[in-house]
Amino acid sequence: MDYILNMLGPLWQGATVTLKLFFITLVLSLPLGLILALLRISRFRAVSTSVNGYIWLMRGTPLMLQMLFIYFALPFVPVIGVKLPDFPAAIVAFALNYAAYFAEIFRAGIQSISKGQYESAKALGFTYAQTMRRVIMPQMIKRILPPMSNETITLVKDTSLIYVLALNDLLRAARNIVQRDFTTTPFLVAAAFYLIMTLVLTWGFQRLEKRYAVYDD
Amino acid sequence: MPFTTIKPMIDARDVYKHFGGLEVLRGVSLSISKGEVIAIIGPSGSGKSTFLRCLNHLETIDRGHIEIEGELLVETDEHGKSHYVADAEIRRICRKMGMVFQQFNLFPHMTVIQNIIEAPMIVKGIPRQEILPRAEVLLEKVGLTAKRNNYPSQLSGGQKQRVAIARALAMEPDIMLFDEPTSALDPELTGEVLRTIHALAEEHMTMLVVTHEMAFAREVANKVCFMDQGEIVESGEAKAFFASPNHERTKIFLKNML
Repeated sequence: MDYILNMLGPLWQGATVTLKLFFITLVLSLPLGLILALLRISRFRAVSTSVNGYIWLMRGTPLMLQMLFIYFALPFVPVIGVKLPDFPAAIVAFALNYAAYFAEIFRAGIQSISKGQYESAKALGFTYAQTMRRVIMPQMIKRILPPMSNETITLVKDTSLIYVLALNDLLRAARNIVQRDFTTTPFLVAAAFYLIMTLVLTWGFQRLEKRYAVYDD
Repeated sequence: MPFTTIKPMIDARDVYKHFGGLEVLRGVSLSISKGEVIAIIGPSGSGKSTFLRCLNHLETIDRGHIEIEGELLVETDEHGKSHYVADAEIRRICRKMGMVFQQFNLFPHMTVIQNIIEAPMIVKGIPRQEILPRAEVLLEKVGLTAKRNNYPSQLSGGQKQRVAIARALAMEPDIMLFDEPTSALDPELTGEVLRTIHALAEEHMTMLVVTHEMAFAREVANKVCFMDQGEIVESGEAKAFFASPNHERTKIFLKNML
């Protein structure tokens, strides 16, 4: 027992890296995803096609590859070439990648709202922006809660990919102890950490779903 | 000004509209004066709903001319190309008209009272405490004060439609457009909606009603227009129209409806 308590320190250190990556990614990728979704449904062909291409690229290549590219290859790209430190590079890759997935969830949510809602809003004099903000988005949120919950849980676990940039996240912290002490117990403790994070998220989303259950479509 | 004439509330001339290869409106002209109630009847697919939707810019027209209370919404140049006024103008002009839809289209995430106050607050910027008492009066008028805090999904079809009417009235329109307001309702629920519209007619609200309710059209409308295949085939004073239709197509339609 003391052994487990002793490893909690370094594992908690790792967990803070994981949590930091998780929250910063959410804060960046949610608004970016929403903007991408709105551009994706734009009337302007060129805009929606380029966003489509972006989503294809980000969903079509491994997140790990994107991370490695931003960290190692980006400095050599002309014009935009910058050398990012490891953690910011990971953040950029995660935010850009998750924004693509969130964009598709938002788009599906927006497009599931009936045409009649737009029409009645327009007939009442709403502008497009007012319609989106007051009528479409609030209804969209209710509908996208289940896929959102899925995606954020995936994000919790995807954070472990940053070990490739030699960052000491939860999983890497566990592995360090495993290699030092020749015992697999740290893996179980790490698993418990991930499960707790997932549990909190699941509970949070359930509460949200309940709150939105006050009305039916 | 001695030479001004009274402008019609809506003046639509020679409106053409097509969807793909289908010509849905083929030169429809109609004008409605203040306080007048016009019923538009006709078989499904005759273009009557489309025409109504063109008036408040839910559909754009190909050719023609529409003025609302003397203000130009769209006109057509000598090359047959239509020109709408600027977007902000369109919104301002179309706000003179309230619309009630067949499918109600209430906002499901808002309670009844929120549905009613939302547009005045957001679109007109009226403070909540100012619009609330007016909304309560409207709710009472449509007989739904008790449902004030319910969500639309908790209402019957007839109640939803009455909320939709109150919601449109909250924007204080000069004209009300009704697009088959009772067609999605169970027969026993049409009465409450029709009575609400009837009450509005008695307050001299200018109304354009697309309907399949012939008895209602005869009783409430001043004038009836019969549309078929994208044209107004015949129109006239309501009672006379039903008593002695002139056109063969009108006769057949009315015979089938009875």
